[in-house]
Amino acid sequence: MINGKMLNVSISPHLRTTVTTRRIMLDVIIALCPALIASTVIFGLRALLLTLVSVAACVFFEYIMRKILKKNNTIGDLSAVVTGMLLAFNCPSGIPFWMIIAGDAFAIIIVKQCFGGIGQNFVNPAIAGRIFMLLSFGQMSKWTQPGAGFMNLGGVEALTGATPLAASAEELPTLTDMLIGMRGGCLGETCILAILAGGLYLVIRKVISPLIPCVYIGSVAVVMLIAGKGDFTYTAYQLLSGGLVLGAVFMATDYTTSPISKKGKVIFAIGCGLITCLIRLAGSLPEGVSYSIILMNIFTPLIERLTTPKPFGTPKKEKKAKEETA
Amino acid sequence: MAEKKSLGKEFSKGIIRENPVLRLVLGTCPTLAVSVAVTNAIGMGIAATLVLVCSNVVISALRKIIPSKIRIPAYIVVIASFVTIVQMLVKAFVPALNDALGVYLPLIVVNCIILGRAEAYAGKNPVGASFFDGLGMGVGFTFALIVMATIREIIGSGTFLEGIDSLTALFGATSFTGFKLLENPIGVMVMAPGGFLVFGLVMALANKVAEGRGKPKAELKGCDACPMAHSCSLHGTEESCENKEKEESAS
Repeated sequence: MINGKMLNVSISPHLRTTVTTRRIMLDVIIALCPALIASTVIFGLRALLLTLVSVAACVFFEYIMRKILKKNNTIGDLSAVVTGMLLAFNCPSGIPFWMIIAGDAFAIIIVKQCFGGIGQNFVNPAIAGRIFMLLSFGQMSKWTQPGAGFMNLGGVEALTGATPLAASAEELPTLTDMLIGMRGGCLGETCILAILAGGLYLVIRKVISPLIPCVYIGSVAVVMLIAGKGDFTYTAYQLLSGGLVLGAVFMATDYTTSPISKKGKVIFAIGCGLITCLIRLAGSLPEGVSYSIILMNIFTPLIERLTTPKPFGTPKKEKKAKEETA
Repeated sequence: MAEKKSLGKEFSKGIIRENPVLRLVLGTCPTLAVSVAVTNAIGMGIAATLVLVCSNVVISALRKIIPSKIRIPAYIVVIASFVTIVQMLVKAFVPALNDALGVYLPLIVVNCIILGRAEAYAGKNPVGASFFDGLGMGVGFTFALIVMATIREIIGSGTFLEGIDSLTALFGATSFTGFKLLENPIGVMVMAPGGFLVFGLVMALANKVAEGRGKPKAELKGCDACPMAHSCSLHGTEESCENKEKEESAS
């Protein structure tokens, strides 16, 4: 007798993993929380408020756009929340709310949904939103200094000053201050320890591979060491300032816009590092992390094409010979 | 070659259905460069329309005299003459506009719209139809420029019709110098990325409007769309690309 159950053959895949987009995004949100707490402590409640506004705006724009385009709703996968948090982390805390909402609108409506939604965007939406704001608003480079008051929600009277990258030697904070984030800068980029804690969580949860952050920061270190003629303090300041660590851990590792293969990841990360150094050392801008990542995002399809792994057992020489005869 | 149509249709097709910028995607370079301010857009639109109408009429009148092998240099000479006239007029009467448009005013010579209409339309059609074709295309170009410039100027500079007095001064009115709308404009919109952004979105909108009315897409197909059709040895024969395309679509 044939058991009815045995004939029930479904199409592949038969083994399913429990990893879903929502799980991955939830992990990223958890990993961003230490940096969020740190920025709230450093810059006051306004930092938290700004992040919440940004997240709400992103989710709202995602919902509206999916409705207008008559597509199924994707706010449940939490990717819009991550975009909102990352974009807020890339802004100084003194920025008016409408500006970050404009940045959110650009990130979600133009960069993400006009190109087909999650998994289809050609550059990281949060970085594109940041660059949109950077090109548009002078307020983006008025870095709020820590200690403006915990309850200060207006943001207008907060102290502003140059980021360490643009400051002169006498004004530089100590390296310990740089590490725990007591310096001027964007919300989420200052407290290096909190970012690294979040990054470590993502690596342990196997959400991101440590390859891109390590190679990215490593290549910046090497170039800065050469440019600083072996001065380790200079190199350390370069590594800890700006959005380098935040970008390397959370933005360069975006699935959609970074290569899949190991070789591709290394090329991608070295490219990011070199462009960052080029902009910091030779460009007119003090910061180059966002531009370097967005440029390498655009190169990603080319890198993928170059580094496609050969299927196991493909003979090398024969393939070449075939190409020559063809 | 296009079939006989009423002159009104020759005029109106250029505004949305065959809008040179938004539907035929011609003349994008001046469009992106000039559409930062409505005043510039109006000035550029009028200048290009003048050149387009005049060159279309002259080229159409000379279409049987110009040998097909050297028609492009001949067209350029005609167009360049009119551009020189327009440039001298602008320099004399509206010098502020000349400064604002800069190199894009003399560059009307190589504007794809003008050469494209000479090649695709005026070289094959009678003078009257060519006049209305040029006028329609010119109005369509101006319309697209003004739409894009309105969006970019309001969002990007926070102003509307800024510097319009340089144009209205021709009629003796200089009191109105434009509105100031926004305190904190989104500056990227008047930069190159904003130009491409608005261009793409307006183009999508124009496609939606043109197709939503149930009208066919721009009808440049086969030999009409090919710049080499006149000197093509296969043109008009059974083996021409046009017939091949038809066969392919039939099979």
